[in-house]
Amino acid sequence: MAKIGVFVCHCGENIASMVDTAKLTATIADHPGVTVSSEYKYFCSDPGQETVKKAIRENGLTGVVVAACSPRMHEQTFRKACAEAGLNPYMLELANIREQCSWVHTDRDEATEKAIEITRSLVEKVKRNNDLKPISVPVTRRAMVIGGGVAGIQAAIDIASAGREVVLVEREPSIGGHMAQLSETFPTLDCSQCILTPRMVEALQHPNITMMTYSEVEEVDGYIGNFTVKVRRKARYVRMETCTGCGDCIQKCPVKKIPSDFECGLGNRTAIYTPFAQAVPNVPVIDRTRCTYFKNGKCKICQKTCQIDSIDFDQQDRIETVEVGAIVVATGFQVQNTAIYGEYGYGRYKDVVTGLHFERLASASGPTAGKILRPSDGKEPETVVFIQCAGSRDAAKGVKYCSKICCMYTAKHAMLYAHKVHHGNSQIFYMDIRAAGKGYDEFTRRAIEEDEAGYIRGRVSRVFEENGKLIVRGADTLLGRPVEVVADMVVLATAMVPQPDAKDFAKRIGIGYDEYGFFNEAHLKLRPVETATAGIYLCGACQSPKDIPDSVAQASAAAAKVLGLFSKEQLEREPVIASVTDATCAGCWGCVIACPYNAIDRKDITDRNGNVVKRVASVNPGLCQGCGTCVTFCRSNSIDLAGFTEKQIFAEVMAL
Amino acid sequence: MSEPFEPKIVAFVCTYCTYAGADLAGTSRMKYASNVRIVRLPCTGRISPMFILKALQKGADGVLVSGCHPGDCHFAQGNYHARRRWTVFRALLAFTGIPEERIKFSWISAAEGAKFTELINGITGQIRTLGPFEQYQELQKVIETQSTY
Repeated sequence: MAKIGVFVCHCGENIASMVDTAKLTATIADHPGVTVSSEYKYFCSDPGQETVKKAIRENGLTGVVVAACSPRMHEQTFRKACAEAGLNPYMLELANIREQCSWVHTDRDEATEKAIEITRSLVEKVKRNNDLKPISVPVTRRAMVIGGGVAGIQAAIDIASAGREVVLVEREPSIGGHMAQLSETFPTLDCSQCILTPRMVEALQHPNITMMTYSEVEEVDGYIGNFTVKVRRKARYVRMETCTGCGDCIQKCPVKKIPSDFECGLGNRTAIYTPFAQAVPNVPVIDRTRCTYFKNGKCKICQKTCQIDSIDFDQQDRIETVEVGAIVVATGFQVQNTAIYGEYGYGRYKDVVTGLHFERLASASGPTAGKILRPSDGKEPETVVFIQCAGSRDAAKGVKYCSKICCMYTAKHAMLYAHKVHHGNSQIFYMDIRAAGKGYDEFTRRAIEEDEAGYIRGRVSRVFEENGKLIVRGADTLLGRPVEVVADMVVLATAMVPQPDAKDFAKRIGIGYDEYGFFNEAHLKLRPVETATAGIYLCGACQSPKDIPDSVAQASAAAAKVLGLFSKEQLEREPVIASVTDATCAGCWGCVIACPYNAIDRKDITDRNGNVVKRVASVNPGLCQGCGTCVTFCRSNSIDLAGFTEKQIFAEVMAL
Repeated sequence: MSEPFEPKIVAFVCTYCTYAGADLAGTSRMKYASNVRIVRLPCTGRISPMFILKALQKGADGVLVSGCHPGDCHFAQGNYHARRRWTVFRALLAFTGIPEERIKFSWISAAEGAKFTELINGITGQIRTLGPFEQYQELQKVIETQSTY
C-alpha cells in the first residue's frame, strides 16, 4: 500500500500569495494513498528538509511529492533528502506550482485549482515510481586517438601527460598530418616543421603513448568506458623493432620517379620511402604497388643494402585488438579537388596550383628548397595571382561554407612570396577578407601595407594561357569594371573538405556527420568536442574547417573530457534508461532503427540446450541516454523507460 | 450557459527545451491562461499518440505537444521521430473523430518563455471558441452503459 507524503512549499510569498496552500494541503490529504500532507514556508531550507526526512522515517513513506518549484531547481536537493532518510531518491516527484503556476497566473482560485491538479497527478505518478539505482559502468582508463595530425598529437600528449595510456593511430607511415606539409604558419610566420616536429618526437617518446602508424581503425565495438577497437596494422615490409632509419635503402631503391603525395606531386619519392625527411617514426615503408620485387619477383636491392636485415618481404597485414575507454577522433581534412573549376585551368596548366602546392614550394624542406619556382619551367614567377574562395562559399560548384583558413594563408602566401621574390607582384582576388582571430587582421593588414599585396575585390571568370603567360580575367566589383592580370602563376585557395572516406568511417565507429561529411558534435555551442555517442570525442578539422590554434585548443578540450571520464574507475549514470521485456518482444527491431544512440542490440534467447529459441531486443545500459523514443516506437509495448514508464505517465494524465 | 466555457489543455513537453521554456516564462513573471496542465517527459520522442488520446478521453479539450526545435534535440533525433509520428497521427485523427485543431504541435526552446506564453494564450483562445470536446465523453457513457469490460 502506497504511503505518499505531500509537502506544500510556500516559497515565502512566491507560491503562497497566488495559491491557497492551506486548501491545497487539505485537498491532497484526502487523496487516496496520501499519508502525510503538510505545508511550510521553505521546504528547501534545512529545517524544511528535516521535516521531510522526519516524515519519511516516522510514517514509513513509500513516495514523496514536493509541491514547490521546478524540478530543474530542487529535484537534486530533495532526492538527496529522501536518500538520507532511507527512501530511494527516485521515489520523489516535484510538483511545479511556482514557475508553472503561481508566477504565471493572476487568479488565485484558478491557480489553486491548477496547483491541486498538478500535485494530484504527480501523487498518482509517484505511486507507480520504482526504486532505481544509478548505473555503474566500469571504465578502461586508456584512450585511443585516431589521426596523428596536430590535433591528434596534442590530444594524445595531453592525455598521456596526465598519466593515462594513449594509443595513437595514424594511417600514413608518419604522424604529422597536413601541418607537416606547411611552410610557415600564420599569424606568427614561424616555420611549421620547427614547431611541429618536436611535438611529433615527444609523442613518439612519451612512455604513455603507443603509436600505431600505417594503421587503420577497422571496427569499433562497445560503449563508453568499454570500447573494443580492431586496428589493421598494414604491412610495412620493414621491421619497426630493428630499423634505425639510416635511409640507405631509400638511397638505393631503383624506382625513383613516383610522384610524392606529401609533395603534392611536385617532388618524387622511391618505392621504399618515408613521406618526408623528419618522419616520425623514421621507419620507411615499401609501397607494394610500385616495388619492383612485388611486381616482378626480382630486385630486393633494399634488402641487400640493409646492414641490419630489417627488410621483411613476408610481412602481412594483421589485425590488432585494443581495449579503450574513450576515443578521440582527429582524422582531419583534405583539400578539395579543384578540377571542378574548369575555367581556372587547374590540371590543364601546370602553373595553376593549389594553396597546398604553394606551401610545398615555399617550404625550406620542399622540392625547390624554399624557392618559389613555377612548376612548368622552374622559373621565378614575376606576377602571382591568388584566387580566394576557389570552392568555398560557392553553392553552385563548390561547398556552401567558408573554409576559414584561406583568407589567412593567402595573405601569408603573398607575404612569403614578397619575402622570397623581392620584385614580385602579387594580386589577390577575394570576396571578403575574413581575418577574425588573435593577430589575424593585423596580419592581413601587414600583407597589404608592408608586403604590397594587391587585393582586388571580385571573382575570376577565366584563366587561360597566351604566349606562355596565364591571363586572369575577372571583375573588380569595387571599381565596377573588368580586370585582366597577366600572371606567371595562379594559386587557388582551395576549400577544406572532409576526408574522402569520412562518412564510411563515421558509420564504422558510430558517430554522426553533416551533409558534407564533417563529424557532428553533440551540441555546437555547449558540447563542441563530444559526439552524440558517449565516450567518443572530436577535435580538429574533421569536425569543421579549422586553423591550427583552433585545432590545438579543441584537442586539449577533448583531452580534458577524456581525463574527466577517466577520473573515476566506475562511471555513474542516471538510471533513466530503457529496458526490454523479453517475453513479449517480437523482434521487429523497430527500436533498433529508432534509437539515436545505437544502444539497442539483438540478443539470442536460448533454451537449456543452448538452441536459439528467439531473438529479442536488448538495451545496452552504457549507451542508452534515456530519451524514450524506442518506447513509443515499440508495437508490442515491450520496452519501457525507467522513471517515465507507460504506467506512470498514464496515471499522471488520468489524474489531471 | 451561466459561466463561459474554460477549456482544459494538456501539454506534453520535453524536459530540456519546452519545460525549461515554461520555467523561463515563470521566472520572467509572464502571465498566461491557467488552462494548461504540463506533463514533463524526457523527450518528445517519448510522447506516444496514446497519451494524446488518453488525455482527450479523460476530459481534455485540447492537447499541446512541444519540444526542442529541429536540430536542437538533446537526444539528437528524438524530435524528428516525434515530428514523423505527428505527421502520421494527423492522418488518423479524422478516423478517431478528433478535429485536428484540438491538437497543436510546436517547437519551443528553453529561451522562448515569451513564445510559450503566446502559444498557451493562443491555444486557450482557440479551444475556447471550439467549445468542449464531448465526443469521447459520450462514447465513455456508451461504454459504461454496455459495460462488457
